[in-house]
Amino acid sequence: MVDKVLVANRSAIARRVIRACHDLGLASVALYSEADADAPYLAEASQALPLPGHQALETYLNQDLILRAAEQSGADSIHPGYGFLSENAEFAARVVKQGLTFIGPDPKWLAAMGDKVAARKLFADQGFPVFAGSDRLADEDSARQEAERIGYPVMLKPAGGGGGMGMEVVHDPEQLSNALQRAKTIAQRAFGDGAVYLERWLSHPRHIEIQVMGDGQGRALHLFERECSVQRRNQKLIEESPAPNISRSQVVELAENAARVCTQLGYNNVGTLETLFTRQSAAQPSTAQAGEFGFLEMNTRIQVEHGVTEMVTGVDLVQQQILLAGGAGLPVEVKQQGFAIEARVYAEDAQTLLPSTGQLHRFHYPRLFGVRVETGYQQGQIVTPYYDALLAKVIACGDTREMAIGRLLVALQAFEIVGVSTNIVLLQKVLKDPCFLAGEVDTGIIARMLGE
Amino acid sequence: MASYEVESEVTGNVWKVLLKPGAAVSEGDVIMILESMKMEIPVEAPHNGTLAEVLVQPEDQVEEDQLLAIIQAAQA
Repeated sequence: MVDKVLVANRSAIARRVIRACHDLGLASVALYSEADADAPYLAEASQALPLPGHQALETYLNQDLILRAAEQSGADSIHPGYGFLSENAEFAARVVKQGLTFIGPDPKWLAAMGDKVAARKLFADQGFPVFAGSDRLADEDSARQEAERIGYPVMLKPAGGGGGMGMEVVHDPEQLSNALQRAKTIAQRAFGDGAVYLERWLSHPRHIEIQVMGDGQGRALHLFERECSVQRRNQKLIEESPAPNISRSQVVELAENAARVCTQLGYNNVGTLETLFTRQSAAQPSTAQAGEFGFLEMNTRIQVEHGVTEMVTGVDLVQQQILLAGGAGLPVEVKQQGFAIEARVYAEDAQTLLPSTGQLHRFHYPRLFGVRVETGYQQGQIVTPYYDALLAKVIACGDTREMAIGRLLVALQAFEIVGVSTNIVLLQKVLKDPCFLAGEVDTGIIARMLGE
Repeated sequence: MASYEVESEVTGNVWKVLLKPGAAVSEGDVIMILESMKMEIPVEAPHNGTLAEVLVQPEDQVEEDQLLAIIQAAQA
């Protein structure tokens, strides 16, 4: 039974979950740190409870406090949003143990996919394409052997990580020793697990991910792809669906493969399979890019960019999460129609990419046909250094890719933000870039545009 | 001898201080790493010289334009 949902998150995603609860006729409980006391999502929830403190560790990552708030408010379920505790298997298990419904996959899937090495193996065993890589590295000697086997350059990655943090490219054997130390230190600090592994390094791949959902009872389906290659510092900036400039049949085959594996595994609730796509060097400019896909990781939560999929499929993914957690079945069929594209407006300098904090003296966003804005901020609120820099997600749809991009540009132009710097100029630059417009995107596009 | 003030470009907190006072620095050397909005921000030496003072320590909260360190320039 899901009747009252506690939202263990903040800002745009808290607001999004509260809206889904409202749409389903369910009560919602918001949580807020001292830094978020002025955020608009509090008033939209049925009830709001404070978390003392500012830092994520004392507030949105504080399991004891959140579980107590659930008990105190009489919530029967917890939606973790994204980030924070959303992929924490221990937390999900504690939620279940307390007799509440965790709105997400079974805790065993959080554990299985949280171990990046085990997840690679799981998907490889099911016949899903996976690029060459190693097991957890025991010591420097085994790192050397494995790097030789995979072939330089290689990528060092935290086994307990994800989201692009703590990765190191190693171009030759001389760099390995230092890179290994650095990667282990960052992995320990960021994820509490110093274990690292190696993967084949790809030069400017494309990042394409498949949205899936399962009922945990032998049925899973895909909701097509999102192209997420436009990134800075391994963080996504622009996402779209369908992916341009790639063979439709190859993408659909990948998506069906993803659904097949999730069916076989018995995966439940929503999830995303992130993959990399590496082009064959001899691709003809005028034809769709030829190349191969490889599994990157599986995210066992709603993604920041879920709205892109919602706009091309008409499926409300957050409502689906809640319904599936309550025991409902999957939609019968999902179709992809039209084009959707999202830009992430960050509080950061458009050139230096340095984060920017301060009070939003003016914060106005447009309400336009075919455009959806998801933000956790309102005018007068302070953008603090305690959490990530996402100010707003702007999602536009259209009958053609050009129409969706055009609408997105109009919407970005109509934003008025005074008090912090934003990356809107950079987003506009990307959306007008000839390579981007031609669908020639890869993870190196921002660095090339900034002249790095 | 000229001295150079190293200021914070962001509001955030100090994650790690990598160099101690007295250390010889070259332009571009990372003196400390700040953290803001879940990003790591390296603070680099603006000039060759000696690190004369470090005015913050790990966990300290820092404001934009706050003085973090002072570098005594090497003689030309």
